[in-house]
Amino acid sequence: MENNKPLIVQIRDLYKSYRRGAQIIPVLENITLDIQEGEFLALMGPSGSGKSTLLNLIAGIDGADSGNIKIGGVEITSLSETELAHWRANNVGFIFQFYNLIPVLTAFENVELPLLLTGLSKKERREHVAVALRVVGLSDRIDHYPGQLSGGQQQRVAIARAVVTDPTILVADEPTGDLDRVSAREVLDLIGRLNTESGKTIIMVTHDPRAAERAHLIKHLDKGVLHEDTKASL
Amino acid sequence: MKILKLLFKNAFRHKLRTGLTILGMTIAILAFGLLRTVVSAWYAGVEASSANRLVTRNSISLVFSLPISYKEKIRQVDGVKLVSYGNWFGGIYIDEKHFFANFAVEPTSYLELYPEIVLPPDRKDAFLRDRKGAIAGRKLAERFGWKIGDTVTLKGTIFPGNWDFVLRGIYYGRDKSTDETTLLFHWDYLNETMKKTVPRRADQVGFFMIGITNPNLAAEVSVAIDKLFKNSLAETLTETEKSFQLSFISMTEAIVVAIQLVSFVVIIIILAVVANTMAMTTRERMGEYAILKALGFGGGYIAALILGESLVITSIGSVLGVAATFPAAHYFSSALSAFFPVFNVAPGTIYMDIAASFIVGIAAAVIPALRAVNIRIADGLRRIG
Ligand SMILES: Nc1ncnc2c1ncn2[C@@H]1O[C@H](COP(=O)(O)OP(=O)(O)O)[C@@H](O)[C@H]1O
Ligand SMILES: [Mg+2]
Repeated sequence: MENNKPLIVQIRDLYKSYRRGAQIIPVLENITLDIQEGEFLALMGPSGSGKSTLLNLIAGIDGADSGNIKIGGVEITSLSETELAHWRANNVGFIFQFYNLIPVLTAFENVELPLLLTGLSKKERREHVAVALRVVGLSDRIDHYPGQLSGGQQQRVAIARAVVTDPTILVADEPTGDLDRVSAREVLDLIGRLNTESGKTIIMVTHDPRAAERAHLIKHLDKGVLHEDTKASL
Repeated sequence: MKILKLLFKNAFRHKLRTGLTILGMTIAILAFGLLRTVVSAWYAGVEASSANRLVTRNSISLVFSLPISYKEKIRQVDGVKLVSYGNWFGGIYIDEKHFFANFAVEPTSYLELYPEIVLPPDRKDAFLRDRKGAIAGRKLAERFGWKIGDTVTLKGTIFPGNWDFVLRGIYYGRDKSTDETTLLFHWDYLNETMKKTVPRRADQVGFFMIGITNPNLAAEVSVAIDKLFKNSLAETLTETEKSFQLSFISMTEAIVVAIQLVSFVVIIIILAVVANTMAMTTRERMGEYAILKALGFGGGYIAALILGESLVITSIGSVLGVAATFPAAHYFSSALSAFFPVFNVAPGTIYMDIAASFIVGIAAAVIPALRAVNIRIADGLRRIG
């Protein structure tokens, strides 16, 4: 990676703990992290090390105890709940381990969902959805319900939903964790292409080395502490 | 638009559960509507009473009578336009199970005083001409299959003997609230028979019905009439027809209150049922609500989804319940005409049905909606994994 690209994510002195009864469990300690625009970062680490927690903080769906997160110039740690929701709608694409599609909506409707919060007309929405589904190779599954799709296909619909708004960052939490090898490879190919061809900034949590291999940069999280970069062997 | 679609799809995701909840709502609204109708049927006599009419009776009790000679004195009171009179006859048709109200009245003045009793002119003439003639309400005639010209025999309870009447007319109610289950016959027939059999009971009436020139004079005229007979052997009590009717109901007020209470209990029970359905549904979908929130949908959307779903369920149930209330009330009306001469579903009952379905729909969804709105996204998502 060249070093002259602008920073899209700047995390400073981030702390996060959970409270379980009277007990306080520290999860993230003093995290500082910069991510350049167009980066494809894999976050690895053992289960329970705080990967999802960190990803959620970056995606603005959880709040930190202290520290700052600045994304695309916006200090998200100081946004109100409503401002944050608005910010997420415009800036974050989510990909989850279990796809998290709405089962009563078709592939088309699921992908259209985040566009309902934009000012786009029905026609424009339809065009955007069509493009997104074409990118993930599911143009022929538009009217299928999630239950009628394989795991890999569902995850591709979820990816279409994540990119349809053209967000600033894509966050993926174990996107291949629930998939067989072949589907996993397809999904990773797709995510890789989004990075190389469309220049998307991607932060992916995984504990699968094969998945991490696709990233440009791998960071390890262990017991809440971020460790030395490991260059992916490309 | 799309959100509305999602709301409907959500509502019918669990077909059996939603179906059963709607069925419960339907039955609750039906029960509520019928119970409210029973209550208004109870007050039908009050409803039907006219502000222009007073009733004078013996001040001790309805059981005691008044001399017919009072009539002329009452007529002379200022503000009195018309005086009619009659007796509760209390005759039994075949046996007690066939109960209906029957009165001996002075027919000309009575029909003038009660314009809501509608008779074709020729029937009216036939009735007025025949001393042993009687008229019956439409529902009463239908109930026993009486036709004009039939002889109806009543067994006297207060006035002993078997009494034959010839049905000369079948009257209709001008208003929905008019009682169509009563039999009326000539007071003269009763009185002349009494003169022959029990002379000391002759020339006595149970009550005077008085038409006044202006409803605003009701209080004054009542006082004036009662003053006339103060310190006489038979003191009078005069009141508006409405309070006269109410005095009957007050005896059974506890039952009415109980019915009203039960009708609200029914709504509270269905509220618990719908609330349970909504709580289950929302708990199962917490992950989906978390996703919607993650995508940037605000609390308002989430709340609207849940409240809307609840309202869809209660509204469908309520529409079905209201639709079922009319045929059910019709059935009740014919089955219970002896007890409830007037049994109509009032518009007010329908408004209450609608209000109940809204209140239940909203109340059942408030807590689940608050939970969904306030759940932390990270926690909601965790529930899926
Ligand atoms: N809502 C929560 N309440 C309490 N503890 C939590 C909560 N979320 C996560 N944790 C704890 O925080 C730690 C990190 O969790 P997580 O970020 O999910 O780890 P990872 O994704 O690396 O497996 C774990 O010990 C987990 O049990
Ligand atoms: Mg995790």
